[in-house]
Amino acid sequence: MKEKTALFSLFGDKKKRGRFVSFAIVIAAYIIIEILLKSGSLSSLFKSLLVPITCYVVASIGLNLNVGISGELNLGQAGFMSVGAFCAICVSGILAGTVTAGIPRLIIAIICGAVLAGIFGFVIGIPVLKLQGDYLAIVTLAFGQIIKSIFMNTYIGFDSDGLHFSFVDSKFKLQPGGKMLLNGPMGATGTQKIANFTVGIILVLIALLIVYNLMFSRSGRAIMAARDNRIAAESVGIPISRTKMLAFVVSASLAGAAGGLYGLNYATLVPNKFDFNTSILILVYVVLGGLGNMTGTIISTVVLILLPELLRSLQDYRMLIYAVVLILIMLVTNNDWLKTKWKSLTSRKAKGGASNG
Amino acid sequence: MQFLSYLINGLGLGSVYAIIALGYTMVYGIAKMLNFAHGDVIMVGSYIAFFALTKFGLPFPLAVLTAILVCTVLGVVIERLAYKPLRQAPSLAVLITAIGVSYFLQNGAQILWSSSSKVFPSVISAGSISIGAASVSYLTLLTIATCIVVMICLTLFINKTKTGSAMRACSEDKGASMLMGINVNQIISITFAIGSGLAAIASVLLASTYPSVYPTMGSMPGIKAFTAAVFGGIGSVPGAFVGGLILGIIEIFAKAYISTQLSDAIVFGVLIVILLIKPTGLLGKKINVKV
Repeated sequence: MKEKTALFSLFGDKKKRGRFVSFAIVIAAYIIIEILLKSGSLSSLFKSLLVPITCYVVASIGLNLNVGISGELNLGQAGFMSVGAFCAICVSGILAGTVTAGIPRLIIAIICGAVLAGIFGFVIGIPVLKLQGDYLAIVTLAFGQIIKSIFMNTYIGFDSDGLHFSFVDSKFKLQPGGKMLLNGPMGATGTQKIANFTVGIILVLIALLIVYNLMFSRSGRAIMAARDNRIAAESVGIPISRTKMLAFVVSASLAGAAGGLYGLNYATLVPNKFDFNTSILILVYVVLGGLGNMTGTIISTVVLILLPELLRSLQDYRMLIYAVVLILIMLVTNNDWLKTKWKSLTSRKAKGGASNG
Repeated sequence: MQFLSYLINGLGLGSVYAIIALGYTMVYGIAKMLNFAHGDVIMVGSYIAFFALTKFGLPFPLAVLTAILVCTVLGVVIERLAYKPLRQAPSLAVLITAIGVSYFLQNGAQILWSSSSKVFPSVISAGSISIGAASVSYLTLLTIATCIVVMICLTLFINKTKTGSAMRACSEDKGASMLMGINVNQIISITFAIGSGLAAIASVLLASTYPSVYPTMGSMPGIKAFTAAVFGGIGSVPGAFVGGLILGIIEIFAKAYISTQLSDAIVFGVLIVILLIKPTGLLGKKINVKV
């Protein structure tokens, strides 16, 4: 309930401020990190996390559109990421001979990944969006599992004869000079690492632009109305399934784009990387960041990815502490006593601000 | 008669899923939450049974009893510490807390007992009997029998005892049952205790079937059993039983006749089809929303 009111308060004067803050944070972070990179004061561990962080931020923004704005719990976001990732890897592998420059190839691959994930989202959305609540959640979970298990059994190879495809077992033989793009459970190996941080940041900005434009448009208001009261929204003529589908497909495409960038950041990628746990991880980023709050999502994603790394000195205990932190945050943010305290503090502040203005 | 032996093996696997799914469905029915930590309670149960059998050399029934006791206490403690303060919170917050508990149990187990898998001792004699042309191991028979006994006891408990009717009342309407003098918090604790105790029984069967014990062993059976609970209509006790059995049979048949690697995809595919035909699961109640 708290998130919803926070969301509506965005509509007033704060509407533009909220948008501005999230763009400003991303750009400021980019500038600071670029300066740190130039001065060489970043550890190699931190450097290796830069691109994955941008990927997860994009995927979380997408999921927040689905869970926060559209109000549908999606437990299969990692499935869309894997569609984007393996599509981008294949496209990049095929184009390696023709488009030799890294950046254009990366962009083409990411776009292909996003489009394919969007198509998957549409196809999956048709049955999924007929359901509601926990049933919808379990079906997205099921689709995530199915996508993973399909990639575990897909073999795609590329050689001078063109593209070879096989399911369950690699039956085809490649010409000399050919390359296996996907190798079943082993996933993609020998991928050229063409992803970079700048493209990642641009992707984050594009994701923000898309989501904010959608949120504050006619369709966005329809999506939120359908979330808050399905029956009331339907009775004023909002096409529920179409608006929900819009949010679902955009969310899936963003996950696909994120996956594409992620896939091209590693030499090897196994389908198991995008399992149920990854979906849950992204959901945790979104819920901790605040439903419908994109700035919060960005911050919580970055913090929660860095937290286990910062706790590395605690070795085995770091994930245990991570779990405890997670539970404590939930207990504290939902504590009634603290909530009323917080409310009285903030309302006093707001009153003071009003009298000043 | 390969078919018959597959069917019985499917029933065996399905029985394990059914017992786990009962825990999910009861907790959902009463506390209206998806308890993602349930799978990890199974893992803890397996470890307890493993240590009771190997380190302390307890006889099998005593080891099972220890596992049940520890899991029951664990379930109640988790409920008290992590879920009870969130009774009024949005369901997503409870979901994330459950995920946190799941991480906590998995990583705690990893620290306490290392991440390498341990071989569960084969306590139930490895022999088998033949039914018709199919040979069935004692373990499978024991699993099916356990599931039937559990199901009968649970149905009797829910329908015949005072606590059972209090549970049903709570799942219908918490506010009204509170007015009728039912201690809702206590009922929720009892539900968690029963669910976790059932998880312990399932854990011993699971660990004996795939004789290995490791910190993440609970997550996949957990997801499958959760699917089974939804399959049968989440919140419905007979639904969890039917859903579990059907899921087990589908999984074994898919492995035997179609493809081992794709069996998971087929199981989840069938779930989606069922939910499209019957959006509240096989035995789930349709709730009409009043405007």
